[in-house]
Amino acid sequence: MSPRTPVLAIGLTLALLATACGGAGEVEEGRTADLDVATGVTDDTVRIGTHQPLTGPAAPGYAQISAGAKAVFEYVNENGGVNGRRIEYLVEDDGYDPVRTIDVTRELVASDEIFAMLGGLGTPTHSKVVDYLNKEGVPDLFVSSGALMWNAPEKSPLTYGYQVDYTKEAKIQGEFIADEFPDEKIGFFYQNDDVGEDSRAGLERYLGDEIVEEQRYESGVTEIGPQIAALKKAGADVVVCACIPTYVALAIVESERIGYRPQFVVSSIGADTETLKGLLTEFTDGAGEDAVEELLDGLIATAYLPQVGMAEDPWIGLYRKIHEDHNKDGAFTNTTVYGMVQATLFAQVLKEAGRDLTRQSLLDALESREWAGPGLVPFAASKDDHGGFAGAMVTRFHAGGEPETLREPKVTDREGGAISGFELERPDPGETEFFDGG
Amino acid sequence: MASPAPRPAADEVRPPAGPPAPVGTRARWSTVPLVVRHLVLAAGALAAVLLLIAATDTVNTMRIAAVGYSVLAIAGLQVLIGASGQVSLGHGAFMFIGAYTVALLVIRLPMLPLWVNLLITVAVSAAAGVVVGGATARLHGPYLAGATLALAVGLPSLAVRFPELLGGGNGLAFTTRGAPPALAATVSTAQWQAAAVWFTVLLALTVLATVSRGRLGRRMRAVRDDPLAAAAAGIPVGRTKVAAFVLSACCGGLAGACQGYLLGTATPSSFTLALSLSLLAALVFGGMGSLWGALWGGAALVYLEVWAEDAAHALSLGTSVTNNLPIVLFGLILIVVVLLRPDGVHGAVRDAAGAVRRAR
Amino acid sequence: MDRFVDLTLNGAANGAVYAALALSLVIIYQATRVVNFAQPALALIAVYIAYSVSGLTGRYWLGFAAALLAGLLMGALTERLLIRSVHDRSPLSAVIVTLGLLLVLQGAAGMIWTNEPHSFPYPMDFRGRFSASDAFALVSVGTAAALVFALYRFTPLGLRMRAAAHRPEAARVAGVRVGLMLTTGWALASAIGALAAMLAVPPFVSPNVLDAVFVYGITAAVVGGLDNPFGALAGGVLVGLGLSYVSGYAGPELAPLACLAILVAVLSARPAGLFAAPSARKV
Repeated sequence: MSPRTPVLAIGLTLALLATACGGAGEVEEGRTADLDVATGVTDDTVRIGTHQPLTGPAAPGYAQISAGAKAVFEYVNENGGVNGRRIEYLVEDDGYDPVRTIDVTRELVASDEIFAMLGGLGTPTHSKVVDYLNKEGVPDLFVSSGALMWNAPEKSPLTYGYQVDYTKEAKIQGEFIADEFPDEKIGFFYQNDDVGEDSRAGLERYLGDEIVEEQRYESGVTEIGPQIAALKKAGADVVVCACIPTYVALAIVESERIGYRPQFVVSSIGADTETLKGLLTEFTDGAGEDAVEELLDGLIATAYLPQVGMAEDPWIGLYRKIHEDHNKDGAFTNTTVYGMVQATLFAQVLKEAGRDLTRQSLLDALESREWAGPGLVPFAASKDDHGGFAGAMVTRFHAGGEPETLREPKVTDREGGAISGFELERPDPGETEFFDGG
Repeated sequence: MASPAPRPAADEVRPPAGPPAPVGTRARWSTVPLVVRHLVLAAGALAAVLLLIAATDTVNTMRIAAVGYSVLAIAGLQVLIGASGQVSLGHGAFMFIGAYTVALLVIRLPMLPLWVNLLITVAVSAAAGVVVGGATARLHGPYLAGATLALAVGLPSLAVRFPELLGGGNGLAFTTRGAPPALAATVSTAQWQAAAVWFTVLLALTVLATVSRGRLGRRMRAVRDDPLAAAAAGIPVGRTKVAAFVLSACCGGLAGACQGYLLGTATPSSFTLALSLSLLAALVFGGMGSLWGALWGGAALVYLEVWAEDAAHALSLGTSVTNNLPIVLFGLILIVVVLLRPDGVHGAVRDAAGAVRRAR
Repeated sequence: MDRFVDLTLNGAANGAVYAALALSLVIIYQATRVVNFAQPALALIAVYIAYSVSGLTGRYWLGFAAALLAGLLMGALTERLLIRSVHDRSPLSAVIVTLGLLLVLQGAAGMIWTNEPHSFPYPMDFRGRFSASDAFALVSVGTAAALVFALYRFTPLGLRMRAAAHRPEAARVAGVRVGLMLTTGWALASAIGALAAMLAVPPFVSPNVLDAVFVYGITAAVVGGLDNPFGALAGGVLVGLGLSYVSGYAGPELAPLACLAILVAVLSARPAGLFAAPSARKV
């Protein structure tokens, strides 16, 4: 206890007693944090952290993300680290409860003194620490959620998005459906939160009366029979599914149950075919791997990252190897790859920032150029656009084969802008600098 | 889960008492009115907490504040269960009400000072307490438990139903004022907020302790021990039960308000059944008999999880084991404490203190 | 109309599951006056054991039998090792012990089988508006309830169990091994809980999969009246139908609120549940 402590205590008491009369919600603009610091950086390590739901009702599926990221960091560290520094990656469990997110984030920032936050997961959770991270001057990179709010450079200058936001992705789905299924009736099945809301905003740019039925599910309520029955009754031939993998699988099982075979168009968050296969093994006609693939055959999905099924993709090749060396317990799924790409991107930026590392130099490096790496579409991280992956492609799953590309990757914005192609040289792992090597 | 069995008289809710004073002073001390005594104790406790806050880091400051509002919520539950014999499994519902009330007030009416917000929260929680207490006054034992459990599970879905007002599944986020400008250089926002939380909590505990020792407290205990005899003695059983519920709801609401104020958020996924059950577990863990039990329970609620998490990280085990170890440890501690010490941590501490005193 | 039929069938099948869980709670409550919060966790472990056994042998029904057996054993062990030592204390102690057990078992399930969801089959063909599986749920729960009723009503064992629960001292004097009877009650209840879980879990199993079902099960038990096995059945069906209509017509997010509404409606008319014994104490 410092000698100042008692004085401070008495001062506090007096101040409290003289009840503050100002409005509780009237907040003055705070100071801006000093970014020319290298908190969490030593000569040979750089410490970063994340909050993830590892236990509790929302945990299923998400633990793979940090496991994937961790595997990549281990690989990087084994190969000499980045600019002579090993990456220390701290994963804190928040159980998808914002109260715990706030606690573990403060612990990461104040006690563990992390250099940056990487890929904090979830909209309800991460939205509660964005202001704190920005105020404390902690770079808040590559948030694991497709909500629109991460891309607000004015309000949250240190926060950068990662996955394609729900609206952009839905616009691409909407245009695709309008072109390819012009005369069909469309159904929309969505998660009852910003996932559904933002997705609808995108779809409605291209689809109007074609949407004959909308049904929602509540995360945690696994009973979705009535919703699927309603979609069937409305005669929807195409069902857009803005859902997480468990609910995509539930929708497929439930449709199978009532003999309803619509064309599913699934958002990237739910289109993890390996996970879906695992969930559906017990609901096939025949037995074995083939039967499950049969059940998923023809599934249309949007993607902005390389897919596990793309056997020829050099990044998938590398990730599969990293997975086998460093993440043997887990499954190798698109969700794992999601975390792996996140880690790769971070290591790329760290490499670019150079040996002389501060938070400012990290952010400068991040905004310094167009990023090309494992992702299939350009990655927006500039002064005015913190949007992350800027678009998606449309693929179709084929039983026993590679996914077919129905639409080449395209980019768009979240407003009324057009959907357009782009120029992007996608480098092989060998051409990408994300560790020292040797 | 019938109504809890009658307990010995020594078990009644007691305010936190300082160390025993010499006989002469004690005699004089006991002539001081109860409220004043409690206020003096609360002021002492506040000073101690402020010293603690001033001496520790931000993370622990926040956790100490979290202990504060947890203590209040548990103390409220204690009044209901320990003193009036009604078992509620849904106290998280009142925290939900409190947190959302404060969130809405700060967002919609930013000009209101914090203490007005808290007073409004108390009023809203009291109203909720009247409704719930009134509706459940006829229920006993497990039926009350079932109804309150359904309340804890059902109420948060309101937030999802009315996303415009209550923010849907993502909840509400807001920022509150920190320390006044004059103090901003020496006192961090976290310290200021923690101090404000404990100030509120101790004030509320003072009221609670005073009421528990007064006429209402006696009536509640009479109703708990034997409702028929209490009725025969002219005590309005139904009204007393509702009063206990209201008192307890106010504590829960205020605790939720403090949590909302401290964290700047109100989100449905924070107010799960798990929260309500944890509060109950913490109460039994700390000890039902005394407000001190609420203190131990609150501390355990906040810190056990942190320690278990650290322990799990320290051991290098498989991912699945590490992730689930804290839950398992928490459950084990709960079982062991209840098996070994039915009177909770408070009972153990009291016995230990007694042993020390005798040894001297 | 079509939708109404759909929702009714759906609600009835779910109701059977809630009824089974409620039944298991009621049996334990009757035996030891404890609401067993560990019930979903015991049932969860039973289901995971079924998952492993079926996976190893490739036979669903072997797993099914293993689940019921595991439920039986775990129920007996819980009563013997934990509940008995707090039996003479306030009922709240027992509740907290079961809460602790819930956490331990849920965590253990995550440790052993991970927190990831696994595919878990329905007992029979799940296809169809009212599938073979739905029918199986109704029939198996109905049979279980009838057996329990027959056991309590017509067999000497049932008589001893009832005596041990309601008049332990008198039963002891009459030569009934009270402890054994209470253990039997817990074992029986947990086996029924395991049955409920085998019906409730498909299509996916993960450590928290039974949380919501358990809440609905408790609701069903309370609505029906904790002292009456038939009340549990009626409560289960009522809750199942009510939730199905509310989610179907008003929105799935309202299901928990509907649960509360049903409880309030029933309990304000009948404070001790629909099928309360007339002697229920009124305060």
